[in-house]
Amino acid sequence: MSVDTDTVKRVARLARIKVSEDEATRMTGELNAILGFVEQLDEVNIDGVEPLTSVVEQTMKKRVDGITDGNKANDITLNAPASEDNFFMVPKVVE
Amino acid sequence: MTDLTKLTIADAREGLKNKDYTSQELTEAFLNNIEAANAQLNAYVAVTADKARDMAKASDEKLSKGEGGALEGIPLGIKDLFATEGVHTQACSHILDSFKPAYESTVTSNLWADGAVMLGKLNMDEFAMGSSNETSYYGPVINPWRKNGSNQDLVPGGSSGGSASAVAARLCMGATATDTGGSIRQPAAFTGTVGIKPTYGRCSRWGVVAFASSLDQAGPIAHTVRDSAILLKTMASVDPKDTTSVDVEVPDYEAAIGKSVKGLKIGIPAEYRMDGMPNEIEELWQKGIAWLKDAGAEIVDITMPHTKYALPAYYIVAPAEASSNLARYDGVRYGLRVPGNDIVEMYENTRAEGFGEEVKRRVLIGTYVLSAGYYDAYYLKAQKVRTLIKRDFDLAWANGVDAILTPATPSAAFGVADQDLHSDPVKMYLNDIFTVTVNMAGLPGISVPAGVDKDGLPLGLQLIGKPFDESTLFQVGQVIEDAAGSFEPQKWWG
Repeated sequence: MSVDTDTVKRVARLARIKVSEDEATRMTGELNAILGFVEQLDEVNIDGVEPLTSVVEQTMKKRVDGITDGNKANDITLNAPASEDNFFMVPKVVE
Repeated sequence: MTDLTKLTIADAREGLKNKDYTSQELTEAFLNNIEAANAQLNAYVAVTADKARDMAKASDEKLSKGEGGALEGIPLGIKDLFATEGVHTQACSHILDSFKPAYESTVTSNLWADGAVMLGKLNMDEFAMGSSNETSYYGPVINPWRKNGSNQDLVPGGSSGGSASAVAARLCMGATATDTGGSIRQPAAFTGTVGIKPTYGRCSRWGVVAFASSLDQAGPIAHTVRDSAILLKTMASVDPKDTTSVDVEVPDYEAAIGKSVKGLKIGIPAEYRMDGMPNEIEELWQKGIAWLKDAGAEIVDITMPHTKYALPAYYIVAPAEASSNLARYDGVRYGLRVPGNDIVEMYENTRAEGFGEEVKRRVLIGTYVLSAGYYDAYYLKAQKVRTLIKRDFDLAWANGVDAILTPATPSAAFGVADQDLHSDPVKMYLNDIFTVTVNMAGLPGISVPAGVDKDGLPLGLQLIGKPFDESTLFQVGQVIEDAAGSFEPQKWWG
């Protein structure tokens, strides 16, 4: 399978990365090189093989659904590019 | 007076205890080396000199009272991927500009609890994506090694290139690193240092900036097998904050060092002999086999038929997980923000400017393989192939193999801005061909320096172990180190 420039633009939109026309063209070639490389996997017989979901056999750890942390609004907004009164500031979303 | 920066961690541990020198003297010696060398090597992206001096002073107070932890007063470098409270933590990406976490990663917390001293944060490939440490927003790291008679700059490997370069050039006693496809073992091999990626689940991933969560593992880079065992003992822990941290007690890894390897079964997988592999790599491998045989190990040929599919499967799984993990960098909660006319344009502008080319490439590949209609053809298939890769290893262990010996990399270090490698992303990816199988199966792997190539550049051998059997890797690794000796670059910097 290979991608065309329109597909690259659509995927970039899904990934929320702005790409120029030139970049999309260049990336089309690069992504096709990678997709061509992974095509080798078609040689492998995977009939009846379960997908690997965990490399270590271990039952999922569970914890009590309790409050163990909190009251750190300052810490959480400390690194925000824009914040006010411990809220993250973003451009207007709702008209 | 002896050059304190030439000591191993094991030596310094004794020297500090015997009060031959202080941690402050030791720390100052490393700060001087960093000051002199960093403009040329670019190994550190932030030097925390004041913090280092404070920590060293506190260590000296403990040491003077005969107290202190396993790493009391030992100066270390920390890869920029580890969250360090109030200190530069940006995964060497533009998108995390000025980020200083309000918390400390579990691995670094363990180091400080045992008395280690932080010298600063080390350069790396952006978000740990790269094999040459050239994708860093802070520019490439330079390998302290050069070809005989050449002054061409070489890469230290990646993504933990800053860690490897800093250890090799004596800018720290040891360093933390992380490995998703080979990012500890490949740079260790390129710089004549020892690097171990432990079993998945051995070191907590809490507070380590995520790349591919099912593959990422932290581990140390150091000068000797023993030093890497000392560091891993402290870095590893069982951590309730990471649900994939495994409840297995951390053994005393040093206890394995010096034990005979007599009777151990070492597997040699034919599939790690690649077309076009330089003769020197094959010769190094044969040398390693001979050393282990001389030491009494039993050498057995094994077959791992799915080896060649590990790298293509990795380039589906890792980008898929990365595209998901990196979705959080949107210009809202931390780091860079580039304005736009609306919130979506702000996201798109921020991510376009904040991510470098390699990161964008992988986010796009990951988004594509996870997008509607392609999931089964790519991601699900890759995870099934991963089951087969793991099964190859499981079969070897079931047949009584104790460890597997392979080359660490298909070549020695290459030049910075190598045209051939930069013309095709897949060529760069092939650097990880021998290391990536280990991540796909979640196993421990160690790279030990074993010789030099025709140009005098270091080469490494890799040992792969059973899950949570890092001890055997240290035991066998020591035999290789004893036979091969140690490797020190000719000083041209600073």
